[in-house]
Amino acid sequence: MSAIENVSRRGFLTGLVAVGGLVLAARFYPEIAGHERAPGSNQADLAKLHPNVFLGINPDGTVYIVAHRSEMGTTSRTSLPLVVADELDADWKLVKIDQAIGDAKYGSQNTDGSQSIRGFYDVMRVAGATGRLMLIQAAARQWGVDPAECTTEMHVVVHAATNRRLGYGELATAASKLPVPAKEVLKFKPKSEWRYVGKGSPSYDLEALCTGKAVFGMDAQLDGMLYASIEHPPVLGGKVKSVDSQEALKVAGVRQIVPIDPYQPPPAFQPLGGVAVIADNTWAAFQGRKKLKIDWDNGANESYDSEAYKKELQETARKPAKVVRDEGDVDAAFAKGGKIIEADYYVPLLAHASMEPMVALAEFKDGRATLWAPTQNPQAVQDIVSKELGIAKENVICHVTLLGGGFGRKSKPDYVAEAAVLSKKLNKPVKVVWTREDDIKFDYYNAVAAMHLKAAVSDKGIPSAWLQRSVFPPITSIFDVNAVYGDPGHLQQGWTDIPYDLPNLRVENGPAKAHVRIGWLRSVANIYHAFAVQCFTDELAHASGRDPVDYQFGLIGKPRIVDLKNTNYPNYGAPYDLYPIDTARLIRVMQMAADKGGWGKRKLGKRAGLGFAAHRSFLTYVATVVEVEVDDQGEIKIPRVDTVVDAGLVVNPEATRAQFQGAAVFGTSVVKTGEITATKGAIDQSNFQDYPVARMSEAPYQTNVYLVESDAPPAGVGEPGVPPFVAALCNAIFAATGKRIRELPLSKNQLV
Amino acid sequence: MIQLKVNGIQRNFDGDPQMPILWYLRDELRLTGTKFGCGVALCGACTAHKNGEAIRSCVTSMGTLAGAEITTIEGLSENGLHPVQKAWIQVNVPQCGYCQPGQMMQAAALLKSKKNPSDADIDDAMSGNICRCGTYQRIRAAIRAAAEAQT
Repeated sequence: MSAIENVSRRGFLTGLVAVGGLVLAARFYPEIAGHERAPGSNQADLAKLHPNVFLGINPDGTVYIVAHRSEMGTTSRTSLPLVVADELDADWKLVKIDQAIGDAKYGSQNTDGSQSIRGFYDVMRVAGATGRLMLIQAAARQWGVDPAECTTEMHVVVHAATNRRLGYGELATAASKLPVPAKEVLKFKPKSEWRYVGKGSPSYDLEALCTGKAVFGMDAQLDGMLYASIEHPPVLGGKVKSVDSQEALKVAGVRQIVPIDPYQPPPAFQPLGGVAVIADNTWAAFQGRKKLKIDWDNGANESYDSEAYKKELQETARKPAKVVRDEGDVDAAFAKGGKIIEADYYVPLLAHASMEPMVALAEFKDGRATLWAPTQNPQAVQDIVSKELGIAKENVICHVTLLGGGFGRKSKPDYVAEAAVLSKKLNKPVKVVWTREDDIKFDYYNAVAAMHLKAAVSDKGIPSAWLQRSVFPPITSIFDVNAVYGDPGHLQQGWTDIPYDLPNLRVENGPAKAHVRIGWLRSVANIYHAFAVQCFTDELAHASGRDPVDYQFGLIGKPRIVDLKNTNYPNYGAPYDLYPIDTARLIRVMQMAADKGGWGKRKLGKRAGLGFAAHRSFLTYVATVVEVEVDDQGEIKIPRVDTVVDAGLVVNPEATRAQFQGAAVFGTSVVKTGEITATKGAIDQSNFQDYPVARMSEAPYQTNVYLVESDAPPAGVGEPGVPPFVAALCNAIFAATGKRIRELPLSKNQLV
Repeated sequence: MIQLKVNGIQRNFDGDPQMPILWYLRDELRLTGTKFGCGVALCGACTAHKNGEAIRSCVTSMGTLAGAEITTIEGLSENGLHPVQKAWIQVNVPQCGYCQPGQMMQAAALLKSKKNPSDADIDDAMSGNICRCGTYQRIRAAIRAAAEAQT
């Protein structure tokens, strides 16, 4: 309620017509969106002292920090502002977080790739240090002293020599009249004086999340809004031949049936097309949809069938393909003989299944589209909505709500574009709500992948030659219908970056055409690539009678920086000199995980085992030990997981531990039940009964997360936990049962 | 006309009796703390209380609720935070937080019937509530903390 009072006091409601709706908006967006303000402005913009786009300070001492990245559970909305507050030397209790709308002035807002902290750590430090210096300069001027003699102490500038103190609020007005200092003159706090970085804080939204007051996209409301539920073409690229909407229109609360045009290939982030039912509430829209009679032209993708497609991928994976990394002479080494070991691995399509289905609220009015959406990428919303509506990007105002999970799905704003298109057609605010069935059937799936691995091993088991080949429909296919090969950005994920020190090593990639939309899902290609490499490593160790951890140390070799000069390796967009593949760091997390996980030391019962895997992804090094028990029915239990993480500098350790605990649960779903299939081009699964995700009773009982103390630059934490967990769990199942898991999910394997 | 109480307030409903109360709460009363997750009682995001017991509001039609007392996350505690909410904050349970109102409503119902639940009791009661972020370990810890705080 205080939010409404604040808003009113500030006079933002002056001159507005639809006051009822706007007050409501204020109530539902206490600190997120500002529908009543000038488009693009937030509290930080309006504050007295506003040295840069991320910071505002008012004379009452309130510090506004802009969160420009989306919050989907990784705590980036809290952790980046913590960095600003630390360099500002602000009292966190006096900080209010403003969620940014989509605007290129903030830099990238695409909250994916585990890059919020690493991409913006320095930017946030500059934002805070700039404010701090201006406050110091204002105080020094008032006191007639040299700014160099002044320091700060938690929201106060201090001149120790004369024992004078001025609060940040008292200085805001004077500081606002000073020029903004250049980055070069800023002084950053030494590590010993950090208040928040490395110590962290619970989510800024914690209490709101625990009281039902937090506002997700699903909770966005405007007075007079209509609700829409959309029947999409069951097959990608399908079109409506005819619609009979008579029965649907008879459903109480249904107002109108509105067609949405099919997309023009490639799909990218366009609406899929179909038929929208417009109603007075969500339920009526859902009911109306069930009564629609639609005849579809399914188009070319009707030929897609996952069983046949799987065989195609597997055949392709056994044929020579495009070489994407080549060391030594693999063919010559294979020709020399030795014991040849080969294995094929397979991971199906995976759906994101965030708990909040896709949803968006749009209001098109006076040539401008205003949106409230749980999106990972509000600038992509601006792009697609401006294209779909034929309006300038500046006229697309995208407010970012909290996200009820994202996992990469909400980087793709097709659902937001649908709301915008419908609002323009109907000239009313429209909320598009996807059902769970829509979410499962119309996802951008993590690619299905087939991997073929081959090694020639000597007596000691160290391979004289190693070949790995993966085949998967690439994500680039959503932007280019002819794309069939993996791009360097996804081939790097656990494939071209293999850190083994082997004289003869070849990495290949074969072609695969996409028949569904492929997209980023938490950890992306690392899931299937690390599964193949880390399980094949375990296979070779066992085949050679070696301990799998010791054996992997042998493959990695001496501590070194892996030389990838001859490989097209983008390193997750980070400079290689700052973030090299440093095997010393990999070895350290492996040693620590073996130690913490009691590797080789724990006594386990019948059909129980430990599995190990190590993997660097998103610039972070992770090693994981998983304990598994398999019962008489072949059901698995995971009593304990020990995972060691070197993510460089960690801003928020507790939130980071939570990410790795969550990654183990996410990985459990991948291994146990993760599988999307299609018949005649249409997705077979629909809801949690046929696309189950891990429940409490199936999830790891105890996941211990250990963070390596590091001064290396910050790396990713949202995604790197999943890939090694998946492989370690499968290796543990082998240890427990002797059954090698080469195909996921587990239902494809008979464990007992 | 269906009469029921929602968070202690008397309400009259004269719409479609087939409509699940989830949509009455969210779209009509604008109590949006109760979430939509699956629509078929598979995920628990919509958990509320009917006469003190956990229900899946997404499949509980208005027609079955004459005279019922419904409690949502917004009404779980009359004065301040319920012990379960306090424990959720103390243990720092939520990640994205979308499923947590349902988790807390389910946990509150469990603790009402079992003051000191075992691991198996917790698994039984909570396995209908999905958390895709994977906060289960903390949910279990928070339930234990709430149980201790209650005794």
